[in-house]
Amino acid sequence: MTTISLQNVWKEYEGKVVLEKISLEIAPQSFVALVGPSGCGKTTFLRMLLSEETPTRGRILIDGAPLAPEPTVDRGVVFQRYSVFPHLTVTENVLLGKEFAQSKFLGMLYGKARRKAIEEADALLAEVGLTGAASKYPAQLSGGMQQRLALAQALITRPKILLLDEPFGALDPGIKADIHVLMLRLWKETKMTVVMVTHDLSEAFRLGTRVLVFERKENSALEPDRFGATITRDIDVWPPKHAAWATPAGKKTPAR
Amino acid sequence: MRLLSLRPGRGANLLLPAIPFILLILAYTIGSALRHAGNPDDKLLPGLDALVGAVRRVAFSPDKRTGEYLLWSDTLASLTRLCAGLAIATVTSCVIGLTVGLLPYLRVLLTPFIAVLSMIPPLAILPILFIMFGLGEASKIVLIVIGIAPFMTRDLALRVSELPAEQLIKAQTLGATTWQILARVVAPQMMPRLIDSVRLSLGAAWLYLIAAEAIASESGLGFRIFLMRRYLAMDVILPYVAWITFLAFLFDLILRRLQSGLYPWFAGARAK
Ligand SMILES: Nc1ncnc2c1ncn2[C@@H]1O[C@H](COP(=O)(O)OP(=O)(O)O)[C@@H](O)[C@H]1O
Ligand SMILES: [Mg+2]
Repeated sequence: MTTISLQNVWKEYEGKVVLEKISLEIAPQSFVALVGPSGCGKTTFLRMLLSEETPTRGRILIDGAPLAPEPTVDRGVVFQRYSVFPHLTVTENVLLGKEFAQSKFLGMLYGKARRKAIEEADALLAEVGLTGAASKYPAQLSGGMQQRLALAQALITRPKILLLDEPFGALDPGIKADIHVLMLRLWKETKMTVVMVTHDLSEAFRLGTRVLVFERKENSALEPDRFGATITRDIDVWPPKHAAWATPAGKKTPAR
Repeated sequence: MRLLSLRPGRGANLLLPAIPFILLILAYTIGSALRHAGNPDDKLLPGLDALVGAVRRVAFSPDKRTGEYLLWSDTLASLTRLCAGLAIATVTSCVIGLTVGLLPYLRVLLTPFIAVLSMIPPLAILPILFIMFGLGEASKIVLIVIGIAPFMTRDLALRVSELPAEQLIKAQTLGATTWQILARVVAPQMMPRLIDSVRLSLGAAWLYLIAAEAIASESGLGFRIFLMRRYLAMDVILPYVAWITFLAFLFDLILRRLQSGLYPWFAGARAK
């Protein structure tokens, strides 16, 4: 059960206001889809949730506690690109989270511990449909398979929050539809809170329980840097597909 | 058809690369024959029989004075220095380059210093090295290290900073510590790039080795070439140069094989 709360958050870069007056409560297990014109600060917003950037003003709280100053294991992430490690095979990529947790010095598991971790990784790979590709390197995978791998890799540490920055933006429509089904299933099974940036409105409504629109409300021709984007619309998606209401039997039901 | 659309076939692909080499040998043979026609004692362009004779002398018969097979003892002496220099330079640049590239505090502390260090012309401080380390092996090895380590360190630090920021963030969200990121994310991805860096530095390493050997040494390939120059012994110098070229080529080949054999993912990752 994870609530995210933003209290009057602003972000400026050298006097240029990118985001302003963002106040928001995100309920546990929501799937928030974030849309808005290119360059309006969606990635910046996500980077603040990751602790990669700090707000210029305002506070971000997770379950009432201030955000840690660095990225932590409770917030997983999938980027549009570069989410997986090119020098590790598919299995090794998924294994990594386990190895970091269980082997503080070497970051490597051997013997029985490794076999156990591989079992878990294999189960996750089966879940995302990558069983046959276990020993391949990311460069040998298609874009869709790479993003499936990135999801599996992020999920092995069981994050409370999953942040996605246009994760499916570069995929072909057919592949996108399949991965949407997978995404919804994973979200329902893991009960995590998801915040996803997308530029695809239909994707936002298909996946999200709540769609947030970022836009600049005011524009000044004389001072283009003076106003930043903020949340101009906050839409609860109907019919609700909240995780708590999902029927366990309907695991494979596509939400299309 | 445009010239740039014309591609050599399979036969031509095998044959064409040989042509420049054949032409060079041909030109040499003709030149040598012409000079010997004018002056049978010509030393500048020795003929094939003279070259073979010299190779037989330095490589396959013991030296009258020392009882050693000169080419092999020289090769051993030179390669020991070269490999020691390369190994020390690789290890130091690996340690410093990786940490400087990854840790902002070290980056701010050391980047300008390393940049200035790499501007020092190594040969200009060779006398200092001779004074400090004497005329023995140490000064030659140190010259090679000083000659290539700053470049390799800068190169590696740059490659580390070129890693997508997403990767480092991603690793942190998977719970990695700084050390784990270094050991599992950064260092393994830098190893094939380090091999590239060594390959690029090989030429410079040979240059500094031969320079040091030419100035103060009693053995080594560079020493022998410069000694033979006094006797105008082109019949020895030319095979030595060919041998050094071959060794340099072999090193490069081995490193390339090592790279593709140990890091099969690298070609795919680099293509992006
Ligand atoms: N590190 C930075 N320094 C300065 N300006 C930045 C930085 N990061 C982002 N910006 C600016 O913030 C604005 C929003 O960027 P971004 O969040 O990437 O937009 P989006 O993801 O919505 O396309 C852009 O105008 C961009 O130039
Ligand atoms: Mg963006």
